[in-house]
Parts: sequence; structure tokens; C-alpha cells
Amino acid sequence: MQYLLQFTYRPGEGPEEGTPEFDAEMKVWHELNEELRTSGQYLAASGLKVDAATTVRKTGDEVTVTDGPFAETKEILFSFYILEVPDLDAAIAVAARTPAAEYGSVDIRPMVGASFA
Amino acid sequence: MSAAAGALERAYRDERAAVLATITRRLGGDLALAEDVVQDAFVVAAVDWDRRGAPERPGAWLTTTAWRKALARLRHDRVAAAYVPETPMTSEFEFDDSSLDDDQLAMLFACCHPALAPESRMALTLRSVAGLTVPEIARAFLSSEAAMERRLGRARRKVSDARIPVSVPSDDLLPERLAGVLRVVYLIFTEGHGAVRGDLCEEAIRLARLLVRLMPDESEARGLLALLSLTDARRAARMADGELVALPEQDRSLWDAERIAEGRALLGGIKSPPTPYVIQAAISALHSTAPSWEATDWPQIAALYAELQRYDGSPVVAVNRAVAVGFADGPRAGLALLDAAAQDERLARYQPLHAARAELLTRAGEDADEAYARAIELTANEAERAALSRRRAS
Repeated sequence: MQYLLQFTYRPGEGPEEGTPEFDAEMKVWHELNEELRTSGQYLAASGLKVDAATTVRKTGDEVTVTDGPFAETKEILFSFYILEVPDLDAAIAVAARTPAAEYGSVDIRPMVGASFA
Repeated sequence: MSAAAGALERAYRDERAAVLATITRRLGGDLALAEDVVQDAFVVAAVDWDRRGAPERPGAWLTTTAWRKALARLRHDRVAAAYVPETPMTSEFEFDDSSLDDDQLAMLFACCHPALAPESRMALTLRSVAGLTVPEIARAFLSSEAAMERRLGRARRKVSDARIPVSVPSDDLLPERLAGVLRVVYLIFTEGHGAVRGDLCEEAIRLARLLVRLMPDESEARGLLALLSLTDARRAARMADGELVALPEQDRSLWDAERIAEGRALLGGIKSPPTPYVIQAAISALHSTAPSWEATDWPQIAALYAELQRYDGSPVVAVNRAVAVGFADGPRAGLALLDAAAQDERLARYQPLHAARAELLTRAGEDADEAYARAIELTANEAERAALSRRRAS
């Protein structure tokens, strides 16, 4: 079963880049990544540039491009995992070990019909 | 009742949840389809067992029959949609009688999974573990059948789509998940208790009994069953002339002595340190054996509420403790605790606090008029309003 884990934080929460706390957090992520790779649960993961998102909508032939989505979202999506695990409890177990679970939140979304290049 | 009908009823009560768990797992978590085919299997059994007699292993018979129904459906779907999720199409299938208990537990843990909405957990538990029908559950929650069917449908889809495991959680998860299961059983009971609906209370007690039988070493499960038995023992005394009767005013001769004995026996068997349900059960047991409200062992009840407050900071516990202390150490000691609790602004409209305050002020020989006025204003129950007005005037 494949799950998308979305990691979010609220502005002002979580350690800031350049602090020892931030470095400590990165270490936890790297160790977790390694472990998930070794156990075969890891399919993909990435950080996201949180200040550079762009939203596209199309009405008829008209394409509207806007900066965002920040204004309407209090929680900022900053990273994701794609995992292959047996069931929801296994996905929850991984989510609970991530630093984001402590200062932000993790949304677990079951994937359907995923395909990878 | 014929032997076959008796066997069918027993199988429905004791084995349905386990059969459902087995089929659901076998279908890769498709609880919705599993519910349908297990239901079909019981319909077939009703005819077949009546004609040929009940099989030697009803659970195995029902599982095999349900599985054949599932295969027929999947084949039909495969032809219709040319797509079926990865399900083994083999009809060979071993039903393991020895895992009957584990399978029932597995179903219970799946239905009470924290990823489901709390009200869905109750409904799904009543349907898939207790085997209540949708109309019965809808009636219990004062909902329409269509709305209940939708809620159950959503919950089943979540179990399938998110792949909520139909299994007993691993040891590291077990304490937390068991607490969640006990909470659902407790909420089913309070749902029935609040509305004085015996059917839901009975179901909750049955579920608690199942948990105690399947997990005999879990003292919180035992404590919950004790608490439910002791509380339910007062059911007949809780209503008079269509109105709720509070504990002090209840006719104690109407209390169910058998249920009280059962609750006390369960409590007596608990050796581990007290936990919330065990403490609440102990409080209930002291009330159950008191000859009257006044002649209750208040010092011990006050001590138990103090202990309970360490786990539960709710206003209900704070007010109950103040009342107990008011009897044990005098009204002024109780008032001091109430005043401390009243600092919490959320309690401004909490009727029991004002009713307790009025009572304690009266007993302390102070002016209780304002407290009575506030309590009466916040009381919806006619009989209780009348009782408060009588006390205010006396």
C-alpha cells in the first residue's frame, strides 16, 4: 500500500535554519531516510521551497497564474514522503517519528493508481 | 426455537465479527464487500441449516460460504469492469477456529481505530462487532436510517481505502489503542445511559464483557465492565413519571442486586494500581452498598475523587469531589473546593456546580437564594427544577 505523507508547519514554529536545533532536526530526517531506504519502505521524498509556490487555474481558455497559495493556508507544506508500507498503522508509525509531527503536522493520504518513471 | 435456529443465533452473536474480520483481511481490507457477503452467508445459513441441520463448525461454514459469495461478486465485477484489485481468486480457504477470539478483537480494534471519526467508531462497532442492524443503530443515535447508512458507508470506505489494519495492534501500540476501544465502549454506554436507553447499555456491557474475556489481564477493561455493571444496576430507578431521577432521590430498592454483585466481584479481582475506570467503579460500588445518600461512605468517596482528579481535570469530577468533601469534612470544605473550581470560566453555565453550591450554602447556614436562582435558570429538566424550587423555599 502506498501513502503520501505531507509535512506541514505553521509560520514561526519549528527550528530556524542556521541554528543547532535545525541541524539536529536535519540529522533526524537523514537517519530516518536511510532507515526507510534500507527497509524498502522508501519510494520518494523531497523538501519543497516554501516561499516559491505558484498556483495555476484555467477558466475556459484563460489561464490565471497567481503567487501562492500562502494567503489562505495557515499550514505550510514543506516536504513529503512517498512510502510503501503494509497498512495505515505502519504509515502512522513513520509519521510519528518525523520531527514535523512534533512542531507541525503530518497528513497521511493513501495513494491510488500511482506510477513512477 | 429449533436447534438450527439456536445454532444460527449463537453463530451470529459469537462468530459473526470473527468471520467478518477473516473475510475483510482476505479481501485486502474491503470491509464494505465483506459486510455484504457475510450478511449473505447468514441468509443462506438460515435456509440451509434449517433443512440440513447446523454444521459442526458454524464459523468455518459461514466463512467458506461468505468467501464463495465474495468470489462470485469479484468475478462478476471483473467481467463488468475488467478490473479487480489484487485479490487471490482461489476458493481454497482455511478457517482457523483457534483464532476466533483474536479475529473478534481484530474487528473491534479496526472499528475503534483513531483514524475514524469518533461517532463513526461507535456506529461501526455496533454494526460490525455487535451485529446490530442499521435501523437499530439509527434508532439508538436518533438518526435516520439513510444518514446512518451513509455514515457507515464512509467509515467502511475509510477502512478499505486507508487500509486500516484488521488486526490486534502490536505490543507498543496496544495500551493506547486499547484505551481507545474502551473509550468507544464507554461512550456507547453513556449514549444509552443519558437517554435511558437500555439497549445501548446492554450492548456496551456485552462488548466490555467480551474484552474482559479476551484480555483477562487488562485491569482497565475489567474496571470498565465493573463501572458499567454498577451504573446500569441503577437503570430502573433513574426514571420516574417520565423524568430523570438524580442519585440522591433514587428508590434504592429498585437497584439490580445481581448487577451490583457482578460489578463488585470484578473490582475485587483487580490487583494492579487504580486507573480511571477502576476508580470510578470503586466510587459507584460505594454508592451501591450505601443504605441512603446521607449514610454513604463519603470520606472514601472524597479520597477516590481526589485520586480521579489526577487523571481527569473535567468539571464533572471537580464538582463531584466538592460534594463528597462537603459531606465528609463539612459544607465549608466543599464550598472551598467549589469556589476553586468556579475560577474556570467555562463553568459559569455548568448547572451541577450551581446546584451543589446552593446545597452546600444551605447546609452551611448561609444565604443560598442566588445560587438556587442560578441553578434553576440552568435546569432544563422539569422535575429537577421543581425539586430545586422546593429546596430553595424550605
